Amino acid sequence: MIPALELRALTKTYQLKTGQGLFAGMRDHTVVQDVNLSLMPNEIMGLVGESGSGKTTTGMMALRLTEPSSGQILVGGTDITTLAPTALKPYRRRMQVVFQDSYSALDPMMTLEQIIAEPLHIHGIGTQATRRTQALDWLVRAGLHRSQSGRYPHELSGGQRQRVAIARALILEPSVLVADEPTSALDVSIKAQIINLLMDLQRDMGLSILFISHDLSVVRALTDRVAVMQQGRIVELAPTESLFAGALHPYSRALLDAIPVLNPSQRRRRIFPDPAALIRDIPRLAAASSGATPGPTPQLVTASPGHLVEAVVT
Amino acid sequence: MLTSNSAIAPARTHRAGAALKARMRLLDIENLTVSFTQHEGLVQAVRGVSLSLEAGESLGIVGESGSGKSVTCMAALRLLREPPARITADKLDLCGTDMTRASRKDLSAIRGSAAAMVFQDPMSAFDPVFSIGHQITETIRTHRAVSAAAARAEAEALLTRVEIRNPASVLASYPHQLSGGMLQRSMIAMALSCRPRLLFADEPTTALDVTVQAQILQLIKDLQAEIGMGLIMVTHDLGVVAETVDRVVVMYGGRVMEQAPVQALFDTPAHPYTKALLHSIPGQHPGKRRLSEIAGASPDPAQMPGGCPFHPRCPRAIARCSTDTPPLILTDTSALACWNPA
Repeated sequence: MIPALELRALTKTYQLKTGQGLFAGMRDHTVVQDVNLSLMPNEIMGLVGESGSGKTTTGMMALRLTEPSSGQILVGGTDITTLAPTALKPYRRRMQVVFQDSYSALDPMMTLEQIIAEPLHIHGIGTQATRRTQALDWLVRAGLHRSQSGRYPHELSGGQRQRVAIARALILEPSVLVADEPTSALDVSIKAQIINLLMDLQRDMGLSILFISHDLSVVRALTDRVAVMQQGRIVELAPTESLFAGALHPYSRALLDAIPVLNPSQRRRRIFPDPAALIRDIPRLAAASSGATPGPTPQLVTASPGHLVEAVVT
Repeated sequence: MLTSNSAIAPARTHRAGAALKARMRLLDIENLTVSFTQHEGLVQAVRGVSLSLEAGESLGIVGESGSGKSVTCMAALRLLREPPARITADKLDLCGTDMTRASRKDLSAIRGSAAAMVFQDPMSAFDPVFSIGHQITETIRTHRAVSAAAARAEAEALLTRVEIRNPASVLASYPHQLSGGMLQRSMIAMALSCRPRLLFADEPTTALDVTVQAQILQLIKDLQAEIGMGLIMVTHDLGVVAETVDRVVVMYGGRVMEQAPVQALFDTPAHPYTKALLHSIPGQHPGKRRLSEIAGASPDPAQMPGGCPFHPRCPRAIARCSTDTPPLILTDTSALACWNPA
């Protein structure tokens, strides 16, 4: 099966100034390093990690909203890494995005109907009348009321604005949605509504979602597979339940261990591994069991079918 | 004689105990209302909240945005600008001081020394143009007559206590040079600098990564146990509450819906809102699944529904819920405001 979205050895390096003034030097700072991911049709994949792990940069590169330093991006099997803006436009239609902060993502001067219809307008789809009908349909599909079509973003709650952002992203019927922390700014009771909405729409449309989040509880409820990022690298990639049941990388374990336990009787003192220990405890796998070439540097290897972990192969 | 004495003795002890308890009470709020005058009219953010905290106890105040949880704490410290805020209460005692009558001078003596607060966003709580060291020592010297050198030494000791490994360099740093976790640790150190008897922590870990959140929560718990101070943890996250406090108050629409010891709240929640909230938390069960959601949205504080504020979203609502406001009924260790609990 051809992946809906495939990232091959994707890397992003920024030049940082060292020192000050005229004689400042430059050094490379790699924020995403050699990321390989295949998002399959109909799949929801979680991309988790802490701030600075490179998860958002990876998502933005997949959309070509940030240009990669090296590597390739394939949409439905076509390499779009170097396409010029006009050639890229049809592929943009197939990849959409929802951001964390719905307030800054929506134009305050446009009505909800205009916001939701805008992508159709940009891609020259339909007539004014059909665009309007479609926008109203999507307004309802996203859980809002037809009568709200003339409202402005500031008149809505955070959850409602996120519904508008989702409707705007999906009106083009993309094959891939990148959702960057779409529920992080929402209240508990609203968070569940938006997760359910994404889940329903994904199922109805056969959509693939790259779900970027630091919230492992949401990731558990929503995703099929999870990729864990640490300092720009994927350190573990596994079916969601297989990660929750038996994370192999010390960093994944540290993330899972930090989730608050919803039972006061299970309170315990946590022991926090120091960063050095996380590096020391990198799993070791025998070359025979993983089929990889032995070497001193950690590499992403298959620990069990479908479960990849960064390990030193001996 | 002997019999009458023995009959009186326990009663006396009881009364002495009650008096002691009353003296030890850190926070005592009865029927607090806070309203704001805005151009849309009067907005009632807190509508008749009662709660209390004994010395050394920890209380979680849980609620969604607009529930009035933060405003309640700000009102207790009289940190709201009045006007536009208007505070009324039958009782608003903080560490033995009647906060409704406290003068400006009393207030600045109480804030920081008797009770301190840690805010959600440490970046905006610190002044960006002064070093961390300057701000912590300033706090110490405002409240206590100590030399600059002694205050600096104390600031360094405080940073060590909040598990900062390089206190001297953090003291010399400006807020923008530190990570969110380091800033929040520094903020906690500053809050502890005058040895408060009560610490308000308003969403102290919401802006932090999960691993840092776990560390900060552990730190707050450790310090609370060590110093024996009271703790009020304001949060929207029931996970944080499950990990940190003894007792929980659940707020919605400016009112207290339920209050219970933490274990009881999770084992046998009584209010339909608490139940729905607990059920809607994702990731409690293995596997990809639809979540149980609470339909609708939180009420607009400018247009509160009549009766129980939760009734438009409540699965157990009966006719009375939309007309009469359920009073908060106290039982042994809990309290509940509901006409039709399960």
